[in-house]
Amino acid sequence: MIGKSVIRKEAWDKVTGRAKYTHDYLETGMLHAKLVISPYAHARIREIDTKKAFSIPGVRAVITGEGLPLTGEDLRDRPPIAFEKVRYHGEVVAVVVADTLVQAEQAARLVRVVYDPLPAVGSPREALEEGAPLIHERLGSYQKGKYTYPEPNTNIAHRTKIRKGNMKKGWMESDVVVEASFSFSPSDHIAMETRCATAEILPDGNIVIVASTQSPFMVKRLISAYFGEDVGKIVVRTPLVGGAYGGKAPVQLELLAYLASKAVGGRKVSVWNTREQDMITSPVHIGLEATVKLGCTTDGYIKAAEILFLFDGGAYSDKAIDVTRAAATDCTGPYHIENVWCDSLCVYTNHPYASPFRSFGHCEQAFAIERTIDLLAEKLNMDKLELRMKNAIRPGHTTPTQVLLNQSNVGNLPACIRRLYELIQWDEWQRIEIDARTVRAKGVSCSWKTSTIDTDASSGAIITFNPDGSVNLMSGVVEIGTGTKTILAQILAEKLKMDINDVHVKMEIDTQSTPEHWKTVASRGTFMGGRAVLEAADDVIRQLKDIAACILRAPIEDLEVGYGKVFLRDDPSIYIPIKDIAYGYKYPNGNAVGGQIIGRGNYILRHLTPLDKETGAGKPGPEWTVCAHAVEIEFDKRDCTYKIIKAVSVIDVGKVLNFKAALGQVMGAMSMGLSFASRETFLFDQYERVLNPQFRTYQPIRFGEHPEYIADFIETPQIDAPYGARGVGEHGLIGMPAALANALSIAAEVPLNQLPLFPELIWRTKKGEQYDSF
Amino acid sequence: MIRAPKCEMTLMVNGEKHSIVARQADTLLFVLRNYLGLTGSKPGCLNGDCGACTVLIDGTPIKSCMILAIETIGKSITTIEGLHDAPIQRAFVEQFAFQCGYCTPGFIMNAHALTEHRPDADDETIRKWLESNICRCTSYREIEQAVKSVLAEGQKQE
Repeated sequence: MIGKSVIRKEAWDKVTGRAKYTHDYLETGMLHAKLVISPYAHARIREIDTKKAFSIPGVRAVITGEGLPLTGEDLRDRPPIAFEKVRYHGEVVAVVVADTLVQAEQAARLVRVVYDPLPAVGSPREALEEGAPLIHERLGSYQKGKYTYPEPNTNIAHRTKIRKGNMKKGWMESDVVVEASFSFSPSDHIAMETRCATAEILPDGNIVIVASTQSPFMVKRLISAYFGEDVGKIVVRTPLVGGAYGGKAPVQLELLAYLASKAVGGRKVSVWNTREQDMITSPVHIGLEATVKLGCTTDGYIKAAEILFLFDGGAYSDKAIDVTRAAATDCTGPYHIENVWCDSLCVYTNHPYASPFRSFGHCEQAFAIERTIDLLAEKLNMDKLELRMKNAIRPGHTTPTQVLLNQSNVGNLPACIRRLYELIQWDEWQRIEIDARTVRAKGVSCSWKTSTIDTDASSGAIITFNPDGSVNLMSGVVEIGTGTKTILAQILAEKLKMDINDVHVKMEIDTQSTPEHWKTVASRGTFMGGRAVLEAADDVIRQLKDIAACILRAPIEDLEVGYGKVFLRDDPSIYIPIKDIAYGYKYPNGNAVGGQIIGRGNYILRHLTPLDKETGAGKPGPEWTVCAHAVEIEFDKRDCTYKIIKAVSVIDVGKVLNFKAALGQVMGAMSMGLSFASRETFLFDQYERVLNPQFRTYQPIRFGEHPEYIADFIETPQIDAPYGARGVGEHGLIGMPAALANALSIAAEVPLNQLPLFPELIWRTKKGEQYDSF
Repeated sequence: MIRAPKCEMTLMVNGEKHSIVARQADTLLFVLRNYLGLTGSKPGCLNGDCGACTVLIDGTPIKSCMILAIETIGKSITTIEGLHDAPIQRAFVEQFAFQCGYCTPGFIMNAHALTEHRPDADDETIRKWLESNICRCTSYREIEQAVKSVLAEGQKQE
């Protein structure tokens, strides 16, 4: 069962149009909300006039921001609806609730808002300049988490410091030093299903939320925390989710749906983002400005790293703080460096606010680090893979946050690099002129990632039986497209030695009956959910053996469970079918013992600690997945256009649980990484308004533009993970931007340190300074 | 404000006649989802850019967000719910050609029409047909393999 390409459990629902997502549950009598959003990036709200909106028939309420509590996961800096001022283009200023969506849209256009525009901040460096407009004047007064360090009277929401080793010593030992700066603007996740939520408040005070979210359990906790509702009265349901990639980890529309329902006497209200609003109103992919300085010996051993990450967290900090912290924890990339200084700042700007994006700060920092590694190799005149191999992180080394690594928690990066070397035929050529116009080049990168999530995050699983001996599996992992629920079914089928078709998976989450899984993020579903399932399976096995021991008149120690039976290990012909005991056993005379067998299991992360404020020392996650990547491109020297020919990722996954599903995760992530790196960005005007919140102007990779993909796996088991499997949902993405930029830099013979890599950017960089501004 | 009156219309969807009362300004996508409960067609962008709402109108793939319901009176509409046991559906399942599944109905309708209309399609034809749809989860290779497997099967049978 393990490793087999089992077809995902909801496959047939998805190819027949029967799979239902949040916004597919349409209901007569349900009201619809439309968000009124700010056309300015930074402005005072002088006046909101809602009277005219009520002239549209069917309008039931118009809600504005007054009197609402501040929200935010690490730092409460965000009013759910803007109050007094707006801080980004697209921010919600009012919510109109009406009988139909059409009426709500018509009325929303009639809400008159008068603004006094303020100077807008367009980048982290600008935000940190002396005299820059303050985006949060009251930063010092915000309620904050214990490990969040805002710097009042600045635009710094949080700073993570990494101080490892002795920098002075590091620079002393360094013969060769390179330093470079990197940048890219915010972009977006563009999940095909836009974000949406419904809320209903029942007469007994129970609040029912249905939402397209990665965090149903967090929705429940946060609504309770923000609005003082009893947490037990909040029920969150999440059906299938149409893509998430981190963009559905933050909690936003759920709060608006709740407020809207409250404003109309608890009736059910639906809030649904149009594409345009989904791209700018809801959280986006973070931007970054970085400076990296590396020093190494003449034979290529890196001795010192000084890294500054200025993340563009946008107008509100929410999950961005965590993203910037995660980038810091793995700031060096997968290399053994003893002396590390890193400051990672979550900086406020007047851009849409940031959320996690598949790889949680890692593809962003990897772009900066891996470009610098290439620059270092060039300066050393050393082979780019050889330099990476020399410094590859290995068991016995420590991470930037000073976690000691072993074979189980870091895997085998050198093996990944060796496999990559073969797959891309690195020794044959790295740059080759095809003709006068055309160059081919290969770029490489390495990456790693651990999960920076709550130290007490947990996951639960429940198994129940059906009368035919088949089982039902309930887990809090949301099916966001990664197929994790099918993987969990495989884990269970393997453990109970049963047919995968007899494992029935409950796809929907209902926080009242589904055990909690912290959040479906950070490639943690298989590890944590899998551990919980294994424990629940053990629980079931124990119960089955207990009752079978009594009926078979044999000690528990002699029994085995599998193939639908409990049987004697030494004589399998003596057995009892599971279906005869799963609901209790009935003796011939009618007496019965036992009862329905219900298995429970949970898993809580262990030995994790928060990072020390001054040094960053701490253990952010249980394991690191290490990877090596390459991209081969064909570059046209005349017009700076290029074609991506081939992309390769080699990942130490520990163990492949479902081969095709794993390939799909890696290749899909690679595609997303290449799309981000080559063409995805928000374009801002001088007032920091987003000019391209549409697929017509924001164009991801489409069918036919895809290169050849090669995904390959190394299997160094993570001993504490189910069957040794490491997280793999994000990792194909991490090294793609860097590998593409490295390949193009080699082809164009000019350092390309910005994203996305539009041909125009390459042309401008080649032309030099006078063309170097937009 | 001028309010467009609603009107009664009869649409032929998946071989069944449906009489509904809708606004003249209602798109086919809106009518399919909100009046007929056929939520397989997805509102990915409402701008004709993503293809998640693709249906067949008289056998031709059309983005249902870009056409008014009243324009389809007298035509035969097929949605993903009307597609039964089409080879492309099985191919999508077997080739792992979807993950979250949200773009899948649109992709399948488009790809199904491709395999019906152009059983001999070459790479360039496949690209031209399918570049109108966006998938954010897969690498597109899986979808390409699914389409090609159906085309190959069709050619084998001829």
